[in-house]
Amino acid sequence: MSSIDAAFCQGWTGFSLDVDLTLPGRGVTAIFGSSGSGKTTLLRCMAGLERARSGRLVVNGEVWQDDAASIFMPVYRRPLGLVFQDASLFAHLDVRRNLDYGLRRVPASQRRVSLDQAISLLGLEKLMQRQSSTLSGGERQRVAIARALATSPRLLLMDEPLASLDLQRKADVLPYLERLHQELDIPILYVSHAPDEVARLADHLVLLEAGRVTAAGPTRELMTRLDLPLAHGDAAAAVIEATVTQLEPAWCLSHLSFPGGQISLPSQLLQTGQRVRLRVQARDVSLTLQPQDGSSVLNVFAATVTALSDDSPGQVMVSLDAGGSTLLARITQKSAAALQLQPGSAVYAQVKGVAVLG
Amino acid sequence: MLDDAGWQAIALTARLAATTTVVLLLVGTPLAWWLARTRSWLKGPVGALVALPLVLPPVVLGFYLLVLMGPNGPVGHVTQSLGWGLLPFSFAGLVVGSVFYSLPFVVQPLQDAFEAIGERPLEVAATLRASPLDTFLTVVLPLAKPAYLTAAVMGFAHTVGEFGIVLMMGGNIPGKTRVISVQIYDHVEALEYTQAHWLAGGLLVFSFTVLLALYTLRPTSRRRRRGA
Repeated sequence: MSSIDAAFCQGWTGFSLDVDLTLPGRGVTAIFGSSGSGKTTLLRCMAGLERARSGRLVVNGEVWQDDAASIFMPVYRRPLGLVFQDASLFAHLDVRRNLDYGLRRVPASQRRVSLDQAISLLGLEKLMQRQSSTLSGGERQRVAIARALATSPRLLLMDEPLASLDLQRKADVLPYLERLHQELDIPILYVSHAPDEVARLADHLVLLEAGRVTAAGPTRELMTRLDLPLAHGDAAAAVIEATVTQLEPAWCLSHLSFPGGQISLPSQLLQTGQRVRLRVQARDVSLTLQPQDGSSVLNVFAATVTALSDDSPGQVMVSLDAGGSTLLARITQKSAAALQLQPGSAVYAQVKGVAVLG
Repeated sequence: MLDDAGWQAIALTARLAATTTVVLLLVGTPLAWWLARTRSWLKGPVGALVALPLVLPPVVLGFYLLVLMGPNGPVGHVTQSLGWGLLPFSFAGLVVGSVFYSLPFVVQPLQDAFEAIGERPLEVAATLRASPLDTFLTVVLPLAKPAYLTAAVMGFAHTVGEFGIVLMMGGNIPGKTRVISVQIYDHVEALEYTQAHWLAGGLLVFSFTVLLALYTLRPTSRRRRRGA
């Protein structure tokens, strides 16, 4: 029951969308693709803002659209929230009234997110009396998200909510998005073309290209599948989940365990027992055939090569199985030849950097 | 000084302009909305039709309305069969004529405002559970408020100044169709320049004051919008 079935078929001049997806009815699903791949169109079809020639949308058992049965719920009857790329706050209303707008139109019996909860989740306590014109880009986007949440949506659609923000503002808003994920049980569809956002936020991933789905599955799997573009280039990375086992304040280190072994990283913000996602970038992983003595690298894992694939000229992307976790390593073709790497080779992966995603 | 006939003409003109403005806002809103949103090929022809009174002599407009609504015109047949009688030479006829005459002054500012608002606020409102009517009342109307002020003032002031249509299809019936401009014409014809001055000067001051108010109010609303 807990799933979202979305099938849309529509041709426009110069572009057609043809998707048939079953998405998990919980957690964050990222729709990832380059610009022009149809991400936004798919989202607009799901919202009912765009009317596909034939479409079917069932959200956790509720039919929102089924053109075969002539069912089309107009946008304003769909219990969804939509956050646009630009916050699109109502210019004639202050922050509080923007938040109230949707909330007032939802019957009290259907409210599951309170206004206070939305305000505190997005940290808007101090902004309530402000006019929307006086807010910064990041603040506007937070208000827009809270406004959508206040309608207690059963599906939250986000169309590149961070794309119009600079790096600093992005960093300001991202933690709030992570909190939504952790504290609310609302399935989120998150359109993005930024791999780092996807790695941080998404549990599930849909890759879109020219209006077609090229792959769909758990983020961790898709990010490391060498036949997909995400696992190539400078930003290629693996995401692993780990649990904090021990803190070593004397060296400002935290020790974590994941299926492939132990990871140590310099951070004092973690607590014992906490589960975190870690990102290991392929360019930070080097391979050796023997464990090295006298190395400054703390994190070394025994791993098996599962596949190799050409990357940029002179580079090879190697996918590794470390105790069930997949890692990526980007090495030179020369090294790959020197180490005689092939699927099944036993290696040691030296990881120079690990980032905590929260 | 103003005589009774003068006061009567002023009262009639005010009543005509007020009635016309109310009708114009009611008719002009859906028309402007349609013009702002439609992708139909009819947009061009309808837009041109609405703008016609800007360039057409009012006498021409009045002439055709008279023919249409007269005893042998198609509209005349309908109004007679409905038991309403004939519209020409009545207050109702003047209102109909004035609505056509001042239509562009109401429709164009509203259309501009609706186009400037764009699709996005409407889409946002829909995702926040507002029905199309609800959206219009709670999002479009507040955002288009300055345009409504302009439209109402222009529609009213323009109707106050009409002459040609009234003469063609209203005639010159005291208390019924004799508006200020017709009264001034009568005074001048009778060489009663003093009375003509009072009315003409009054109209001049009125029109200037209204436009002054509009142009001094508008920049502030524009500044507010730019900030938002």
